[in-house]
Amino acid sequence: MVEVKRTPLYEEHTAAKAKLIDFGGWEMPVQYAGVIEEHHAVRTKAGLFDVSHMGEIDVRGTEALAFVQMLITNDASKLEDGKILYSPMCYPNGGVVDDLLVYRYNEERFFLVVNASNVDKDYAWIVEQAEKFNVSVENVSEQYAQLALQGPLSEAILQRITKTDLAQIKYYGFTHGEIDGIPSLISRTGYTGEDGFEIYVSPEYGRKLWRKILETGAPEGVQPIGLGARDTLRFEARLPLYGHELGAEISPLEAGLGIFVKLDKERFIGREVLLAQKENRIPRKLVGLEMIERGIARSHYPLQKNGQEIGFVTSGSFSPTLNKNIALGLIRSDLAIQGEIIDVIIREKAVKAKIIPSLFYKRGK
Amino acid sequence: MNPVELKYNKEHEYARVEGNIVTFGITDHAQDSLGDVVFVELPEEGVTVTAGKSYGTVESVKAVSDIYASVSGKVVEVNTQVMDSPDLLNSDPYGEGWLVKVEVEDLSPLDNMMSAAEYETYLAQEEH
Repeated sequence: MVEVKRTPLYEEHTAAKAKLIDFGGWEMPVQYAGVIEEHHAVRTKAGLFDVSHMGEIDVRGTEALAFVQMLITNDASKLEDGKILYSPMCYPNGGVVDDLLVYRYNEERFFLVVNASNVDKDYAWIVEQAEKFNVSVENVSEQYAQLALQGPLSEAILQRITKTDLAQIKYYGFTHGEIDGIPSLISRTGYTGEDGFEIYVSPEYGRKLWRKILETGAPEGVQPIGLGARDTLRFEARLPLYGHELGAEISPLEAGLGIFVKLDKERFIGREVLLAQKENRIPRKLVGLEMIERGIARSHYPLQKNGQEIGFVTSGSFSPTLNKNIALGLIRSDLAIQGEIIDVIIREKAVKAKIIPSLFYKRGK
Repeated sequence: MNPVELKYNKEHEYARVEGNIVTFGITDHAQDSLGDVVFVELPEEGVTVTAGKSYGTVESVKAVSDIYASVSGKVVEVNTQVMDSPDLLNSDPYGEGWLVKVEVEDLSPLDNMMSAAEYETYLAQEEH
């Protein structure tokens, strides 16, 4: 039996009476007060997430930039030091190993943040690719607790407990500073569609920081947020989730991540296949779906048109912000036409849905 | 607290018996484990449900759960209010959050269901 992993914040979750679930081998809080309440808290105020299960991989060496460039589909050469890039990382066949955040310290040092459920696979893959490069690769996941404070009030709340001028950290930028005296890597990133910060600290400070942020944000109503709301928040903002919108069998072009695939870059793993897809035809396309009959489309439910299978649902839920049942689906690209009506097969019954733009939610400026 | 006048099954559903009419619903424990209920699918009036078989589904944000008939019979009333306001299952599972009323000829399968006290013992065991 594989032992279930717990983050340094586990005791905080049980003390808060969170419901716990197994997520990629981790015992994680799925909800505290309730998914819908937590979802609205992040959209309107701010919420605090324990994301310590995420993986971190350090890449250092004189060829670090060249190596990262080979590994990812996005272009890290134009990235400034102190900035972050989102990118898929592909297999030679164009399927996705994982999607990750690439933090650039400088040309010779990058910090990669990967999905919890993929850490071992990613690390093995990265180490294998590193053989031909003068780089060292280290899985440093155990050295970090990671908290995410997300929502429109995040900056105001966090600013009260740090001397670092947070307004100076632009979207997808990072810096090192102290929060309540705790050495922290502070990055303006997130997975909710809201403004916010992801904070990396040494595991022994995790609980202290967690409590401090909740206490500081209490007047504004900051509350802890579980994986349930994390999923509905990211889904509304069309942020892909590995194993749903992304996977070894789905190319980033199909998943609508073309802007993160720089085909003008000379070399990277998967380039040939992705270039051919782009020049010929991208087989499938990710679309937004709105249920027009009663039902909720769930992950892996088949999608049909005139009784013929045309794809499947990648994620689907009740959307707390839109108060509608919506979904993302991967379907034949020739049928991905907005306004078209297709069938979602829910427990062997065809239920009608309309193809709509997939960016369901975008925050106001 | 689970009302003493109801019968309970291991799927965390209750049956309220009034003459030959039996009302089905889910228990407080069921709504609490599901979390926010956002969708309910129920049969139409006149449909026959079979003891031990699924007659509909209750979905929370994260989970899809089948609901099972405790006894066979014909659906005579459907709570259409919970289809529009599924959160009634969370706020009032034993009252406004009821699901269907079934006309039953043979009430004997209900003898196999648990009393409120037995159900609470069952819940306590399930937790460990």
